Amino acid sequence: MSSGRALESHSICYTIGDMKQHDTVINVRGLKKSYGKNEVLKGVNFSVQRGTMLALLGPNGAGKTTTVRILSTLLKADAGSVTIEGYDALTEQQKVRSVIGLTGQSAAVDEMLTGRENLTMMGRLYRLTKQSAIVRAEELLRDFDLVDAADRPLKTYSGGMRRRLDLAVSLIATPPVIFLDEPTTGLDPRSRQAMWAIIKQLLAGGTTILLTTQYLEEADQLADNIVVIDGGKVIAEGSAQELKAKLGKDRLVLTFKDAKSLAAAANVVDNAVADNDSKEHALTTVITDTNKDVKDVLERLSEANISIVSLNVHKPTLDDVFISLTGKQTKTEKTEEQ
Amino acid sequence: MAAQLEFAHKPKWLFAVQDSLEMIGRSSRHIIRNRDQLLGAFFQPIMFLVLFVYVFGGAIKTGHEAYINFLMAGIIVQTAAFGSTVTSLGVANDMQKGIMDRFRSLPMFNLAVLNGHVVADLFRNMISSTVMVLVGLIIGFRPKAGLVEWLTIVGLLLLFTLAFSWISAIMGIIAKSVEGVQWIGFVLVFPLTFASSAFVPTAGMNRGLKAFAENQPITQVVNAIRDLMNGLPTGNTVWLSVVWCIGILAVSIPVASYMFRRKTTV
Repeated sequence: MSSGRALESHSICYTIGDMKQHDTVINVRGLKKSYGKNEVLKGVNFSVQRGTMLALLGPNGAGKTTTVRILSTLLKADAGSVTIEGYDALTEQQKVRSVIGLTGQSAAVDEMLTGRENLTMMGRLYRLTKQSAIVRAEELLRDFDLVDAADRPLKTYSGGMRRRLDLAVSLIATPPVIFLDEPTTGLDPRSRQAMWAIIKQLLAGGTTILLTTQYLEEADQLADNIVVIDGGKVIAEGSAQELKAKLGKDRLVLTFKDAKSLAAAANVVDNAVADNDSKEHALTTVITDTNKDVKDVLERLSEANISIVSLNVHKPTLDDVFISLTGKQTKTEKTEEQ
Repeated sequence: MAAQLEFAHKPKWLFAVQDSLEMIGRSSRHIIRNRDQLLGAFFQPIMFLVLFVYVFGGAIKTGHEAYINFLMAGIIVQTAAFGSTVTSLGVANDMQKGIMDRFRSLPMFNLAVLNGHVVADLFRNMISSTVMVLVGLIIGFRPKAGLVEWLTIVGLLLLFTLAFSWISAIMGIIAKSVEGVQWIGFVLVFPLTFASSAFVPTAGMNRGLKAFAENQPITQVVNAIRDLMNGLPTGNTVWLSVVWCIGILAVSIPVASYMFRRKTTV
């Protein structure tokens, strides 16, 4: 992958002594931002180490995009400090801009220009020489599988192609730091997979990435570290493994043939959550000791003469972690229904 | 593996020029690729020209032998004034969309975005004007201008379009929506061109209107171009036009730059 240069030029000669200082590429301390009375960020702290990805995970309105906009110099924080590659995002904006690439939620590309024109134009604006911009554009078109569409205006691109080009544009000058603000939101599963593959290659090339996402799977798949934010605050932090171990529990999911037996089962199983909306009539309960608890539940059901359709024990996923942290599951489900 | 990338090193002002050229290229491509708008730039002025010549031509007494010799300057200036409002559309479009975030996150000279729209619109307006003069010649326009007069006309027209485009850029920056700005442009430019000497001599207007019409920039520019086209003495009109346009630019460029920076910097 073409981010090789980023690796070369930025894995500069640390000595053991100042390793720590050089290794932190993004450092965010006490970040606050309000719009009027609405406190969007209430003191957010995190840091990102060189060559790693941090995922900012949170529901809509958690403050993810606001954070990224502040880090990419588009928005001013009310309080706190942000340094990127040692530059202050408030006082050294132009320097920060020369080391970052931003891929936002809305495709920030020119619809009327072709893919190639977008790339070379942005390359020039990033201060590349004309020759370098042309060569680099060609390379990115190839890497992002856009060669065939290179000379078509963007308005003819599909959503996935546009998103890929958008990411390619932010990589034109191989910035060592990339911000990806919900890069796969609204993409079909195939385009999402393609995007993930590209992001993984970037990481392998040594780029430091801050990604925001509402998809736990995305954070789980890609990120070295995860910061869960909700309501403008960091509510948990750690690797996917750590978060799961700390907060996730095994779940037992039972399905029944109709709503009536589901309701009956909900009465005999402790702490169970019935899902009446789904066609499957599922009942979920948290278990601590797999052998004992499953046996116990099954005995109770057979005593009550309720038969089950299926039984599954789920290992904890980030979804569970997220739900136990934010209690947002029911909320999102309700909003989706409306 | 990536090729070794080279970064250019130049003084800041040269980068500002380079970025502006880049943006002019961008906005010019927009013009060429927006086929509907391009067709409009060709046919709307022709339509106006033909309608005025054949509908009003017989009824309006101008002191010129043929109405078209009077009208041509007015139609060209009107078209330039309307054409300049396209700048506000381009600017408003950029301001409302994600691409402005992209530009802002780049280490570029941000005002180049405005320069691009303004200058590219000069090109489009020049095309419109040329087409109109050619159609005019076919339907009876007989100018008496020599080379110097024509060059003066082109210079005046460029200056006028530039001045109005910068006003238009301000509207594009402050606009809440693209639709809104289109409407504002129409409402401002329409009365300004009609309450001028563009289509009829101001002599026949009532006193208040006449005072306004004779002392607004469009009338000065129309009179200057008309007299230049017809080989008549221009009096002060050329200088007054230049003063008006430079005056407008002296105000609109700093205001546009200020508003743009205020909207795009944090």
